[in-house]
Amino acid sequence: MSIQPATLQRQPFAPVAGEVPVLECRDVSRNFLVGKGLFSEKKTLRAVQNVSLTVRRGEVLAVVGESGCGKTTLAKMLLGLLQPSSGEIFIEGTPINDVDIRAVARRVQPVFQDPYSSLNPRKTIAQIVGLPLAVHKIGDKEWRQKRVEEVLQMCEMPKRLVNQYPSQLSGGQRQRVAIARALVMKPEILICDEPTSALDVSVQAHILNLLQDLRDELNLTYVFISHNLAVVEHLADTVAVMYLGRLIEYGPKDDIFNNPKHPYTQALLDSFLTPDPTKDIPEIALGRGFPNPLEPPTGCAFHPRCAKVMAQCSQTRPGQTSVQGIKVECHLYPPVGAGQKAAE
Amino acid sequence: MTNKVLDVKNLTVDIDVPAGTLHAVSGIDFYVNEGETLCIVGESGCGKSITALAIMDILPRKAKLKADRMQLQHRDLLTLPKDEFARLRGDRMAMIFQDPMTSLNPVYRVGDQLEEVYIQHGKGGRKEASERAEFLLDKVGITAAKSRLIQYPHQLSGGLRQRIMIAMALMCDPELIIADEPTTALDVTIQAQILNTLHGLQREFNTAMILITHDLGVVARVADRVAVMYAGKIVEQGTAMEIFTQPNHPYTQGLMACIPQPGKTGHGRLGSIPGIVPSLVGDIDGCLFRNRCASIRPQCEKGEIPIQYLNEGHGYRCVLSVEESAKRAQVDTLSEAS
Repeated sequence: MSIQPATLQRQPFAPVAGEVPVLECRDVSRNFLVGKGLFSEKKTLRAVQNVSLTVRRGEVLAVVGESGCGKTTLAKMLLGLLQPSSGEIFIEGTPINDVDIRAVARRVQPVFQDPYSSLNPRKTIAQIVGLPLAVHKIGDKEWRQKRVEEVLQMCEMPKRLVNQYPSQLSGGQRQRVAIARALVMKPEILICDEPTSALDVSVQAHILNLLQDLRDELNLTYVFISHNLAVVEHLADTVAVMYLGRLIEYGPKDDIFNNPKHPYTQALLDSFLTPDPTKDIPEIALGRGFPNPLEPPTGCAFHPRCAKVMAQCSQTRPGQTSVQGIKVECHLYPPVGAGQKAAE
Repeated sequence: MTNKVLDVKNLTVDIDVPAGTLHAVSGIDFYVNEGETLCIVGESGCGKSITALAIMDILPRKAKLKADRMQLQHRDLLTLPKDEFARLRGDRMAMIFQDPMTSLNPVYRVGDQLEEVYIQHGKGGRKEASERAEFLLDKVGITAAKSRLIQYPHQLSGGLRQRIMIAMALMCDPELIIADEPTTALDVTIQAQILNTLHGLQREFNTAMILITHDLGVVARVADRVAVMYAGKIVEQGTAMEIFTQPNHPYTQGLMACIPQPGKTGHGRLGSIPGIVPSLVGDIDGCLFRNRCASIRPQCEKGEIPIQYLNEGHGYRCVLSVEESAKRAQVDTLSEAS
């Protein structure tokens, strides 16, 4: 492949009529076949089920939920690293399957949780940040070097560190390098999978401030995966709550934090410990543990732990309804009119 | 008058490293009363875990411990022979570690591991031990306790394993529990449940607890008193209310400004502490926070910084007067709001 001219201008996707969201999931599901032994029958793990989301440009979407709820699988699909089993993902109105993975990578970039394992220990900072440019064959050596310095400066990394190795950096500095690497290609969307959970509070504050500044400066869109509700509250515009692979509540952050609809979201927000010494440890109305995702409960997957469980909850799965601008899947909010999805 | 279960004066831990001596903990004083929770907060490398290991006498071999006083109830831990210390450990004081995945032995049933503590410390035979284990599993909120006892750790979820660890710590009804980040590896919903359990049991058995954490949300809800550690020193100590509403040390103030607060910081900028923690290897002198502090004075450079007391329990290690630090806190909140 020939070396592209030194520019980060992308090949535009085929134009789509009207205003399109930067990122859209339509009814996306992903199954995995899991087998315990060589001869045992494989079981289907439904990691993500019928998730539909739209993210507008400049928006911060936070995906929250307990471990094993499918957050990371969703993130991998958004990055084009995993194919959905069914449903489609659109980037700027173009189906992700129709375009080359490189074209996707130019637009969507990840920032991972652990900056200790996500950076190659044998490469210098400049090499790590410059690698995407080299892979995509953009610009010549000199130009790349300039771009790397520029983007490291944007991430508030001192210039003297460019020739150091990750082991010589602190956790916060490493995460800045990871962010710089994600930004070097001028992507539209960053998928951040728990980007601050491995960091100390004071460092976390630095990184959150940086992410906000970068968003304002570059008009970035974030999909922010986290189980730290304090961070979500601080950063997000929209919140998507997942439980056992399903999107059970989805809406504007303020509405969800002030008035959560789904009993699970309510329990999740109750268990969120705000730094308020006048309050006690909350009593959580959540029975039993997280169910085995290989054998999800019948009906509404949340019903065995739900405080407001009703007879129908174990029978039929609730369809999605819209309550005061929030999309929710729960029998407490019966759908208006007909059109309820048939239970499986 | 309340009874001091653990009383530590001038605890110092130095660790030999290739580059010299690492001053992991330098001269800290604290105590825990009966039925009370002391939270030790601080960021990675501030010496909070080393403090816990020092109390339990399970420091790495290269570490040297010095202290003026270290007493558990009326026992002097400094002069206690090794074998007697071993008898205290697990019996009179117990520890709950961060990671429930690695702190249980994978090849033994959880029941056997629980009972072993009881039998080892000569509290009774196998029958009593298994009764005690069943009783405690029930107490920590595990249903069908009997069937859990014959399971192996890999058959249990993270939350359940951490409950087992709590039950194990309580087997001999200890005077002191040290919990090192007991909920960090768990989901938020489980975290709240585990903290609830721990708190309830502590009330019931009137046990003293030292909780080590970096999560200020947990501290605010659980702590009676808080000790804030920075670079091996306690920089501020007081009741939870005092620390959260009237932090006096610039580091505590910075830490408070760093945490996203619902309804207050939404989409605004968070406060931050510039710079990084200084190296603790070699000679250290003066206030170790000075390279990151906005209110540095000439006195900060050299010598021991005295502790200033606002009342008997609330003290901070800084040269700024109470008025100066209150003014500083105001400036911080103003710059946060703008």
